Amino acid sequence: MPPARTFSLFVVLFGAWLLLSGHWDPFLLGCGAVSAALVAALARRMGAIDGEGHPIQLAWRFPAYLPWLVWRIALANLAVVRAILSPVAALDPAAGWVDANQKTTAGLVAFANSITLTPGTVSLTALPGRIHVHALARGELEELKEGEMNGRVCAMEGRR
Amino acid sequence: MSAALDIASWVLLVGGALLMTIGALGLIRLPDFFTRLHAAGVVDTGGAGLLLLGMALQTGFDLVTVKLVLIGLVLALTAPTASHAVAHSALLGGLSPDDPSANRAGDGRDEAPD
Repeated sequence: MPPARTFSLFVVLFGAWLLLSGHWDPFLLGCGAVSAALVAALARRMGAIDGEGHPIQLAWRFPAYLPWLVWRIALANLAVVRAILSPVAALDPAAGWVDANQKTTAGLVAFANSITLTPGTVSLTALPGRIHVHALARGELEELKEGEMNGRVCAMEGRR
Repeated sequence: MSAALDIASWVLLVGGALLMTIGALGLIRLPDFFTRLHAAGVVDTGGAGLLLLGMALQTGFDLVTVKLVLIGLVLALTAPTASHAVAHSALLGGLSPDDPSANRAGDGRDEAPD
């Protein structure tokens, strides 16, 4: 539990305080700094600050991942809307396991959440190495199995 | 400038409301538990996302915009977590994702005995 991670939690908390309050007088700034420091210190004492409790290591490469994810979500929204508005008999839902090559739990969760966030695919179970996925259309499951999203989340994790 | 922003904002708000409605329709229309989850996904991402974007265009890009972005961020983290929790407990509860015909809504499964 390196202090650098505790400090980064403090910065994030204090940043949230500044942006949400919008007050810039010294008294409130001081209150914010003390609150943020107290929470960071408590979290550190609880042992809650690690790669899972405060996964800041994913944040650096997140901006590179986000536009692709938003684009996929937009496409998937249209696909699911089409499925909702077409006859129910045309549905072809499928479930299956998808490879997950992330090396950390935070990375695995990021991948599983990306799958669920994309309409039309939901992660049912996430295990190290593989994720059980339910898809509204068989094609979406096959596309996940091809592994582009898997690879992009791995790239966000970085090499370690 | 502001007229263009207003038009863009209205297009986004109406689009978001439309996606919300279609998502709700999907919740009723789709045949079983797991397919209905996907309709909820449209409400969480497309519906909420477009509504937030539409509102952001009305703010004049100040701290209120930042708050809307934070709401979007929180939604993007909590919505899939909740969906996953619901889906996983359905799986543990014995619903089979491989055999959707067994989970048809209205087959009496979710009704109380006698």
